[in-house]
Amino acid sequence: MHPALSIIFFTTSAGAGFALMILLGIGVPLGLLPPERGFGFAALAIAVMLAAGGLASSASHLGRPERAWRAFSQWRSSWLSREGVFAVLTFLPAAVFGIGWIFFGATGGLVGLCGVLAAASALATIYCTGMIYASLKPIHQWHNSWVVPNYFALGLMSGFLVLDFLVRLWSARPSGTSLLTLIVVLAGWWMKERYWRFIDTTSARTTPATATLLGSRGRVRMLEPPHTEENYLLKEMGFRVARKHRVRLRWIARLAGFGLPALLTVVALAFGGVVGTVAAGLAVASAALGLISERWLFFAEAKHTVTLYYGADAV
Amino acid sequence: MTLASWLREYFSPHEVIDTSAKISDEVKFTTCYMCAGRCGIKVHLKGGGIRYIEGNPDHPVNRGVICGKGASGIMQQRSPAKLKRPLKRAGERGSGEFREIEWDEAITTAVEWLSSIRATDPKKLAFFTGRDQSQSLTGYWAAQFGTPNFAAHGGFCSVNMAAAGMYTLGGSFWEFGEPDWDRTRFFMMFGVAEDHDSNPIKIALSGLRRRGAKFVSVNPVRTGYSAIADEWVGIRPGTDGLFVLAVVHELLKAEKIDLDYLGRYTNAGWLVIQAPGAGDDGLFARNEAGEPLVLEAGGSLAGGMTAGVSARLVGDAVLPDGRRAVPVFQLLAERYLDPSYAPEAVAEACGIPAATIRRLAGEMARAAFEEEIELAVGWTDWAGRRHESIRGRPVSIHAMRGISAHSNGFQTCRALHLLQILLGTIDVPGGWRYKSPHPKPTPPGPKPAGRREQIAPGKPLAGSPLGYPLSPEDLIIDAEGHPLRIDKAFSWDAPIAAHGLMHMVITNAWRGDPYPIDTLLMYMANMAWNSAMNSAETTRMLTDKDPTSGEYRIPRIIYSDAYYSEMVAYADLVLPDTTYLERWDCISLLDRPIGSPDGPADSIRQPVLAPDRDVRPFQDVLIELGARLGLPGFISPEGGPRYPGGYSDYIVNHERRPGVGPLAGWRGADGEYSGRGAPNPRQLERYVANGCFWKHELPDGQRYFKHANKDYLETAVSMGLIDKPEPVVLQLYVEPLQRFRLAAQGHGTILPPETHRERIAAYFDPLPFWYTPFEEARVDCGTFPLHALTQRPMQMYHSWHSQNAWLRQILGSNRLFLNRALGRALGLAEEDWVWLSSHHGRIRVPTRLMDGVNPDVVWTWNAIGKRAGAWNLDPDSPEFRQGFLLNHLISELLPPDGSYAHANADPITGQAAWYDLRVRVDRATAHEAGTTAPSFRKLAHPVSLGRAPAILRYFSGDDHEEQFS
Amino acid sequence: MTMLPDPRPGQKKLGLVIDLDICVGCHACATACKEWNASGHMGPLPDFNPYGNDAWGVWFNRIHSFEEGEGAGARTVYFPKSCLHCEEPACVTVCPTGASYKRAEDGIVLVNEAVCIGCRLCAWACPYGAREFDADEGVMKKCTLCIDRIYNENLAPEDRQPACVAVCPVNARHFGDLGDPHSGVSQIVAERRGGDLMAELDYKPVNKYLPPRSARMAPTQAAADDTAAPGDPESPGNRLLSWVDRLLSR
Ligand SMILES: Nc1nc2c(c(=O)[nH]1)N[C@H]1C(S)=C(S)[C@@H](COP(=O)(O)OP(=O)(O)OC[C@H]3O[C@@H](n4cnc5c(=O)[nH]c(N)nc54)[C@H](O)[C@@H]3O)O[C@H]1N2
Ligand SMILES: Nc1nc2c(c(=O)[nH]1)N[C@H]1C(S)=C(S)[C@@H](COP(=O)(O)OP(=O)(O)OC[C@H]3O[C@@H](n4cnc5c(=O)[nH]c(N)nc54)[C@H](O)[C@@H]3O)O[C@H]1N2
Ligand code: SF4
Ligand code: SF4
Ligand code: SF4
Ligand code: SF4
Ligand code: SF4
Ligand SMILES: [Mo]
Repeated sequence: MHPALSIIFFTTSAGAGFALMILLGIGVPLGLLPPERGFGFAALAIAVMLAAGGLASSASHLGRPERAWRAFSQWRSSWLSREGVFAVLTFLPAAVFGIGWIFFGATGGLVGLCGVLAAASALATIYCTGMIYASLKPIHQWHNSWVVPNYFALGLMSGFLVLDFLVRLWSARPSGTSLLTLIVVLAGWWMKERYWRFIDTTSARTTPATATLLGSRGRVRMLEPPHTEENYLLKEMGFRVARKHRVRLRWIARLAGFGLPALLTVVALAFGGVVGTVAAGLAVASAALGLISERWLFFAEAKHTVTLYYGADAV
Repeated sequence: MTLASWLREYFSPHEVIDTSAKISDEVKFTTCYMCAGRCGIKVHLKGGGIRYIEGNPDHPVNRGVICGKGASGIMQQRSPAKLKRPLKRAGERGSGEFREIEWDEAITTAVEWLSSIRATDPKKLAFFTGRDQSQSLTGYWAAQFGTPNFAAHGGFCSVNMAAAGMYTLGGSFWEFGEPDWDRTRFFMMFGVAEDHDSNPIKIALSGLRRRGAKFVSVNPVRTGYSAIADEWVGIRPGTDGLFVLAVVHELLKAEKIDLDYLGRYTNAGWLVIQAPGAGDDGLFARNEAGEPLVLEAGGSLAGGMTAGVSARLVGDAVLPDGRRAVPVFQLLAERYLDPSYAPEAVAEACGIPAATIRRLAGEMARAAFEEEIELAVGWTDWAGRRHESIRGRPVSIHAMRGISAHSNGFQTCRALHLLQILLGTIDVPGGWRYKSPHPKPTPPGPKPAGRREQIAPGKPLAGSPLGYPLSPEDLIIDAEGHPLRIDKAFSWDAPIAAHGLMHMVITNAWRGDPYPIDTLLMYMANMAWNSAMNSAETTRMLTDKDPTSGEYRIPRIIYSDAYYSEMVAYADLVLPDTTYLERWDCISLLDRPIGSPDGPADSIRQPVLAPDRDVRPFQDVLIELGARLGLPGFISPEGGPRYPGGYSDYIVNHERRPGVGPLAGWRGADGEYSGRGAPNPRQLERYVANGCFWKHELPDGQRYFKHANKDYLETAVSMGLIDKPEPVVLQLYVEPLQRFRLAAQGHGTILPPETHRERIAAYFDPLPFWYTPFEEARVDCGTFPLHALTQRPMQMYHSWHSQNAWLRQILGSNRLFLNRALGRALGLAEEDWVWLSSHHGRIRVPTRLMDGVNPDVVWTWNAIGKRAGAWNLDPDSPEFRQGFLLNHLISELLPPDGSYAHANADPITGQAAWYDLRVRVDRATAHEAGTTAPSFRKLAHPVSLGRAPAILRYFSGDDHEEQFS
Repeated sequence: MTMLPDPRPGQKKLGLVIDLDICVGCHACATACKEWNASGHMGPLPDFNPYGNDAWGVWFNRIHSFEEGEGAGARTVYFPKSCLHCEEPACVTVCPTGASYKRAEDGIVLVNEAVCIGCRLCAWACPYGAREFDADEGVMKKCTLCIDRIYNENLAPEDRQPACVAVCPVNARHFGDLGDPHSGVSQIVAERRGGDLMAELDYKPVNKYLPPRSARMAPTQAAADDTAAPGDPESPGNRLLSWVDRLLSR
């Protein structure tokens, strides 16, 4: 699949934003996070910016962005519609939660409840995002049980990294968030490795033979494409990434996305203070880079069944 | 809108679809010209543009279907390469720099150039036309002008098929006949990728498969029609003659031949004089009346044309002068029973296992003799004998350029006809049938005009410049035996070059061999590119100047094209033509008609759109030039223009012979006659009202055995299709060939020059035989181990369609296809780049691998590569960067062997031997990969063409929102 | 609405049957489709860089070609492909706007261009590559099964069939109601064992493909009895003798 930058940015940024929302919406009412209004302002602003920025970016991917409002109507069947609904819904309780917290310093009661609701809705949003991909049968690398957990894990991981950084920035004191962050980063890494192993070792049941009903005489392969140059389908679905780049990008994703953030989180845990804050900040930056390459690969390594009609041997 | 309805619409949006939208404001019938297939089409017009083009269901050719090209007519009409006004060369030839001029100036210039030629030496005009369908007009014009130097594309196309058929059967595969598609049980197709009968063949193949008839495709490549064949025989190119004669060998051995048919309809029993060394050796023994003799059962001689005579198949006859003669059949049997024709003897050369050859012969025999067809239809044979039924043997063959485009194509095609005749399958139910107006007499006529005494300044030629020579007397040569035509047709180089040798014109004119010409007038032929052999050198010849005079060696070139093709850039004067939807045209029985086996037919094109630019139909221009030049056929008795109304006037009012004109339908003052009749001023209206075609259905009793069917022959005479109601005797043994051979042996007064004798003696064999194609025989097959072929893609017509926005998406650049095993041996993967070299040159091309190709063969799609700047395509188009032509590798002359420089052609007909090409493949280096070589300087861009749009949003001719780059 | 219509017994399922046994790959159905639809219900179908490098455009029907098998036994097969008007079309259910829908009355899958936001998710969801994005208008387009022909009262009844079916010179395309087991199309499918593409994905395509007839390359029985055995010792001269007493009568 063609790794469209707008979509890559959307899933990484919105994933982090909504995950941060989950952490704040649960962590603050439960008193696990700093209740200061300033912190609330900063953290919520960042969560909203990441989420809304992601959504805006995804709208720019649309052929007719001015009609984006129509996308909420088909929640009964469409994960994309559901995602849109939950994404927008998240902002309602989040607004009450934010106003209550920032302007009134309230983090419990109704405000707290709204925080929890926002968190639940954000959780649902991430689930829907995952399901958009996981529900697509034509794409083996997406249509599997690793995709939704991956989305959760990587979303939470980015949310935790941001949170940890903010917490440190705010209070500059060691916090439990770092430990959790470390755990989540390692869990995300494990999850991603499992995903990669899965896509490396399996391929779809769909083959050139099932795609064409041919094969009784032997191997089926393309003779000539229907059109000489690439059409829309190939531009969008026929993206192929060279093995060399794939290996390199996986290392970038591994190191920048997981290894370095984990290490920096350990540094932050160990040193605290300015060093810790800087380390947590660097962890966020590194993870952003890593996750963008991870997400790029998530698209680039995904093979659509349509390519079987255009010369692919397997998907 | 209420909130509820808004919400309903929001959550379940509902689309209102106009399922009965109005389709068109107007529907016009005409004839397609996206290729030479001549299908009938219905053009739906809407909003001033074309809504849709579909097949005319009533049309005899295509019965409602059209092909991929035909359905892309809209984009042909909207091509940005359409020429918009006359052009006069402003820069050097080949640069593409032009000055736009008015028609007045264009015509005056042409008249000026041409009138001085006509007044001094008319043969200094060489008039050659390509894909056009008005050869009866252009040929007539040339004859009126007085130049013998006229031909159309047939010489590089399929004259081998036409000539072999005409001399053997009075008809031919090439458009002049077809299998009895509905009845045949065993159909074998030789070397066909698409052909002119594109839709009819497809319709027919589909019927064959549905009926369960066997379809065998003999073709080195398994694509297109071959893909759906029951059996694919991946023959090695140029060896079909061996294969077919091995089948003949098997049939003779098994005595599976139709002796009754041979006796009644062929010259199998005619006696051939056996007097080696004599001037009439190998000719038919004849009586005083000139009638060929046969040997009767009792041993006496009798006239072979006499009804009821019984002739011996085998046996020595003693002629009245005491010499020996034997029946044709004996010669034939002796030759083909020889073990050198056995399947085992040819299997390796053909790349077909002997068992397969034997099995196919058996299958053919079984279909012919065990599945005989009998139609309960009475008919009368030429001798007046009544037959209560029509019997047929359901084996049929079709062949095209895979046979014709080889230097042994004439004899190979003869072999195919021999096989058909031996099985008794010519014009019988289930066999192969003549398409009206064929059959024509054998040997064919008329003879070509253009002998020295027939050419005089200011005078028309005494006949058509093209024809069928029957003996050396008919050649167009001078007293020393040198060619008199610029293409050397009808000379000892190519004695029966019935369609001329268009591919030699530019070379010969440039060399001044046999003489220099003054003006080259060309129409609808991209001779600077895909129809040239050796294209690069051809363009050099077109631009070469005589160093002494500083003049171009070919002083003037006038060219008519409708589009900015490669050739346009080489013209001094460009006459822009209309598109096929903008003009009258006529697909005439005098030319390449659309007749079917069930009766004659012809058709027209009518203008369905008015041209939106300053262009004129070339036929109109030609007729006007004819009048301005004072050509007798084009001026009225008063000296004014004879056809002031242009081509439509000519179509209606021209008479070639009394009562016979371009169109056969609705003749006579009231349209009451078919075939022959006075001109009808409302003829075109009648055609238009009938969907732009006319057809005459023969009664059932006249549909078969047309070569010997009394009622048919009489109908044909009455309609002006033939002159005399005489039977057409199928010529197993072609006597005229022997006449040329005798001359080569030194008999007669007109003898070939020494340089040609051996060759004429060898190849003018009156019985078909096989020989190694010339290029293969001359090059080192170790150095050039492979054959290279082209195939026509079904969705592109030669060079026409790279300007078609839809079709060029389907095929925008070509690849060289290699057998996967060969690719493996060369270490090639898909899309690797290689050098392809021949004895003549080399090109760099991208590859693709496939299994369905003979291992000794590489091939590509024809005419996809283009010259940068042509066709108004962006200079970075794939046609230039990845597309390529094989033509750069094909020399117009045979590989030199120190003797006379013969054309790379069949020695009998002069047919260009495109598919004799031998090559080698070498890997290109990594830094060479990516673009094809050679590449040529970009052609300049005539101003009036405008710039092609960057996005097309075609909607019923409504282009106001088009974006220009 | 992108919920699929409830299945009904006897549901009409209009679709195509494509015969891989006789398709010669001529592309007529592809260009006829382009031509009809350019000015049809979903028109225009834009073409980008139509006269330059990287030319591409919106086409509802494309002709692929394949080879199967190895060496001389390999077979070339042409393979036309357009929307298969699936019974379980995820292209419809994934659509967030309701632009994509399956008609209850005949099962045709369509896009309502006025509602489509151009998110392209439906194209991802279609395993067959039957969705075509119009990058010019920013909306998704696709084969309409020629909905503006098959019911069009301005056309003669025999012309009320998709453009691609009407044009096919080898009659490799058939149109009809695959929901009706007695229809012509259903019968051909049964007879020729037509099948579903990518059946394992369970989209339940309505369009069916007829596989190439498997026996078509099998040589008919060798005809040894028709011709003399190989290596016949008889010389040509002896063979000629057998004809000596035969006559050809005219
Ligand atoms: N390598 C290789 N070369 C080949 C062949 C091959 O098989 N392999 N085949 C050969 C054969 S058989 C043939 S017939 C030739 C064909 O070769 P050509 O006769 O050169 O045919 P086209 O490329 O069709 O070019 C004809 C010209 O007609 C112009 N034209 C199109 N429509 C009109 C019109 O309405 N009016 C006018 N005035 N002009 C128009 C086109 O723009 C084009 O420039 O190619 C030959 N060359
Ligand atoms: N779509 C389309 N239709 C066309 C044309 C076009 O350009 N495009 N051109 C028209 C013209 S001008 C012509 S002349 C006709 C030509 O019609 P075809 O004869 O169909 O033309 P080619 O493409 O030359 O096909 C020749 C076939 O012969 C095979 N072949 C080559 N050498 C041999 C051999 O030695 N033996 C055998 N058995 N096969 C061999 C090749 O693989 C190829 O399949 O088509 C006409 N129709
Ligand atoms: S074969 Fe195609 S392009 Fe040629 S005349 Fe017929 S419809 Fe037109
Ligand atoms: S083929 Fe693709 S676009 Fe058509 S209905 Fe099926 S899934 Fe949808
Ligand atoms: S592109 Fe249009 S039709 Fe397709 S899913 Fe998106 S909104 Fe629906
Ligand atoms: S049914 Fe109509 S829209 Fe669909 S592929 Fe055929 S012609 Fe095109
Ligand atoms: S029109 Fe018919 S033969 Fe031609 S590509 Fe389409 S389905 Fe195949
Ligand atoms: Mo040709």
